[in-house]
Amino acid sequence: MDQGHSQEFIQHLINGISLGSIYALIALGYTMVYGILQLINFAHSEVYMVGAFAAFYVGKALGLADHPGVLALLVLIFSAVVVCSLLGITIERLAYRPLRKAPKLNILITAIGVSLLLQYSGQIIFGADPKLFPEVIKDSPLFSIGTVEVRSLDLTILIVSTLVMAGLHFLVHYTKIGTAMRAVSSNANVANLMGINVDRIITYTFVIGSSLAGVASVLVGLKYPKIDPLMGMLFGIKAFVAAVLGGIGSLPGAMLGGVILGLCEEMVVGYLSSTYRDALAFGILILILLLRPAGLLGTVTREKV
Amino acid sequence: MSEILLKATNMTMQFGGLRAVDGFNLTLKSGELVGLIGPNGAGKTTCFNCLTSVYKPTEGQVEIRGIDTKSMKPWQISKLGMTRTFQNIRLFKDLSVLDNVAIAGLQHTRHSLFDSVLRSPRHYIEESRLRERAFELLSIFNLQGKADHEAGSLPYGEQRRLEIVRALATEPRLILLDEPAAGMNNKETEDLMNTIAKIRKDFRLTVLLIEHDMKLVMGICERILVLDHGVLIAEGSPAEIKSNPKVITAYLGSEETV
Repeated sequence: MDQGHSQEFIQHLINGISLGSIYALIALGYTMVYGILQLINFAHSEVYMVGAFAAFYVGKALGLADHPGVLALLVLIFSAVVVCSLLGITIERLAYRPLRKAPKLNILITAIGVSLLLQYSGQIIFGADPKLFPEVIKDSPLFSIGTVEVRSLDLTILIVSTLVMAGLHFLVHYTKIGTAMRAVSSNANVANLMGINVDRIITYTFVIGSSLAGVASVLVGLKYPKIDPLMGMLFGIKAFVAAVLGGIGSLPGAMLGGVILGLCEEMVVGYLSSTYRDALAFGILILILLLRPAGLLGTVTREKV
Repeated sequence: MSEILLKATNMTMQFGGLRAVDGFNLTLKSGELVGLIGPNGAGKTTCFNCLTSVYKPTEGQVEIRGIDTKSMKPWQISKLGMTRTFQNIRLFKDLSVLDNVAIAGLQHTRHSLFDSVLRSPRHYIEESRLRERAFELLSIFNLQGKADHEAGSLPYGEQRRLEIVRALATEPRLILLDEPAAGMNNKETEDLMNTIAKIRKDFRLTVLLIEHDMKLVMGICERILVLDHGVLIAEGSPAEIKSNPKVITAYLGSEETV
């Protein structure tokens, strides 16, 4: 009996980490843009939504649902990444760059506007009815340890998100672009004076953040195959909560926050009731804002007076 | 030796009703060490901000090596060989000392993202060159032992020196130093001035220096500009400045009556 309990717990743990790593991927996009522009990019959740649709249409055109496998998955991820990057660049260029010197509130409101624009354009272009995401990874139990099942989908999600996050870590810490990004995030004006083309680094940041959202969109599409133009709202806000939980602006924070949020949700669903699932995310947000506004790994910034 | 590096003509910066800098003229020739002094709020730092394109002057012109900087961003100014330090220290506080210096040197490296991803020979050559160069500069200012420290955790005097190291890493021909000795004691100031004289010689630098410490400016500058209420009120050798009645009224006079 005791063993049954612990196996159930491990099962929830696996599910939670798999969900959490998707949150982490999206949270990274929020946190990267925040780190560089001090902007909560509310349109990020819509970039993620558009990524899912891009993958959906490419999958449909190529008939990938009939040829499941790693190659099909890579094609979907690639198309989502390309479309998300282009969308991210476009949003930054048209909506945010003209407001670079404007008060932060203006650009925040613009972000909300872009988000709404994309949600409703999505309903016009893609249609409001949910679409079925191509099932390129058949979800089946791969192996089991005792009664704990490791399913192919969870494993895929874990592998893909781990690789992507490792890639991001490499990029940020071991390449020129990453070094420049850290400089801009630390102090954009000074980075500019030290010969770094800040506008270009901001563009790269949007490309990378949006690409992560693109990867996440495909993983979500596999896990919850019904996609619709408003799918970004709730998932995006939860990923944002994850970013705040970990400490917005901090990359390890976003990863940690995502995994914690995923685990908490899974445990609530598993041991309490799925009704509380969404309430939990916002409960966590309220608690964090009350107890540790800078987040788990965030640094407290003091206004200079 | 007499190439004109920096030239400001009638440079004016207006903030609403305030003319922070009014018709500023400056010609800086290669190899010069010039001081810019003036009472608090005279517009010295605003001058630096205009010269480095942080502010766009509302009137007038700034030329670096004959190139008009009107439509340039600060990072392009850096590429032209002009760099600066800040009155209130502005390091990348959360990054390591080494990173601070390496970032400034990035613009002179030639490896691409692909080199780094593929770990090509060029990646290693360029990265090690960047590191070596950073250590070389750090050791001039005796900071080589602190390379792995977080920049914000250094003591105040070392942060000031690190700012200069970082500026040097951009490989400038012209460096603008904004009160480099602010907050330092006499001994530290003297050391710093010796170092400035040394790097000026070793790197064949041209220096424009804002300073409050009168003794120091008089000691090392060959030419001094005096700014008061945004207007240039005097220009000349230290001896001329010392005896200029306008300067005495605006600046030195008030000091002597204290």
